[in-house]
Amino acid sequence: MSEAPATFDDVLRGLWKENPVLVQMLGLCPTLAVTNSVVNGLVMSLATAFVLIASNVFVAALKRFIPNQVRITSYVLIIATFVTIADMTLEALVPTVHKQLGAFVGLIIVNCIILGRAEAFASKVTVVRALLDGIGMSVGFAIALLLMSGVREMLGNGSFLGFNLLGPQFEPWVIMVLPPGGFLTLGLIMLAMGWHAERKKRLAKAAA
Amino acid sequence: MHGAPGAAAPAPTTPAATAPHTGTPSWRLLTVLGAGGALAGGLIVTAYLATVQRITAHKAALVVGAVREVLKAPARWDTLYLVGGKLTKQAPTGPGAQSVERVFLGYDAADKTLGAAITAGEPGFADVVSLIFGLDPGTGALLGVKVLGHKETPGLGDKIERPTFLQQFVGALTPLKGVKTKGADKSEVQTITGATITSRTVIRIVNNATARWQPLLQAYRQEGSR
Repeated sequence: MSEAPATFDDVLRGLWKENPVLVQMLGLCPTLAVTNSVVNGLVMSLATAFVLIASNVFVAALKRFIPNQVRITSYVLIIATFVTIADMTLEALVPTVHKQLGAFVGLIIVNCIILGRAEAFASKVTVVRALLDGIGMSVGFAIALLLMSGVREMLGNGSFLGFNLLGPQFEPWVIMVLPPGGFLTLGLIMLAMGWHAERKKRLAKAAA
Repeated sequence: MHGAPGAAAPAPTTPAATAPHTGTPSWRLLTVLGAGGALAGGLIVTAYLATVQRITAHKAALVVGAVREVLKAPARWDTLYLVGGKLTKQAPTGPGAQSVERVFLGYDAADKTLGAAITAGEPGFADVVSLIFGLDPGTGALLGVKVLGHKETPGLGDKIERPTFLQQFVGALTPLKGVKTKGADKSEVQTITGATITSRTVIRIVNNATARWQPLLQAYRQEGSR
């Protein structure tokens, strides 16, 4: 597997077919918790992308030096270092968003997408493939978060990225920016995806 | 943990590197984790040094902005520290000095005392609501209230941040009373429909903090004039 050449598929896979959130069902904690506004979703996506790409590259580059017995410890060490750096950088650059994200920046350490990609992919392939995979999975994570936060901010606050879209007569559905709104939105997105997959299968069968 | 001597030789360049490391010697595990930890520590310290100035500057700017707002733009102010049950201008030193409680006593251009900016927090409907407010310790009148942080329900409890609610506190006399319809009494504050608990929390925080700090501030002032 480590000798397989890097292909564009390494990037594309994470976007949709193996989307980390919507298909692999990983990283649901930030997906539900910080998607009450588009800004929060965007900043969380960027922070996670930084950590995911950096840790993927480091794990792939250092794999031959890391003994099998301490590999998980080493991965967590790598991930935690980048999360701490991301946390400090966010606090210095965007203090208001950092405050809103609260503990969830630190909790990127335990985002299953990152440790999952390190263990299942990056530790077995070349640096280039790990980098491409990191980019693809990060964009896939961002797609899921923006989908969630777009719907929730639109319905729960009548705005997108803070710009009021639905006018003053719109009464916000407060529940959408509260925790239950996260579950509702995720459930509806999963429903739509399941329906789409079923339909595709049925059409393929009918054509055959 | 202790592999056979023959298997101990590290051979990182051969494809065998991906094979199960059955015979990894303990020293190698320790070296990898030790070196990794040191490297990680170095990176984190670098990031800390690169960001710490901006972070502290931003936190200080937040306090300055809040004090200015609730004391109605004072010309200058003193920071008073609560040490041994008394307020003092002397900044405490040593361990724990950072967490010593403090208030800010503001003066106008003619060096007349405007009032003290006091920070306080108490549990609201969801989590702690924290405020900063300006108090004239002589009369017990409020100069202004600003909400510093809360986790109240969006759309309901967060209405305490609205100017229409907070404006009522300017000039109000402590101890405050929460009412449904505001009368002529200067100590009355109209609570918000749908955010009764949170509005009452704001009133309670101001009353409790005033009861606690007003005597301390008066004692400080008498000591100063003596």
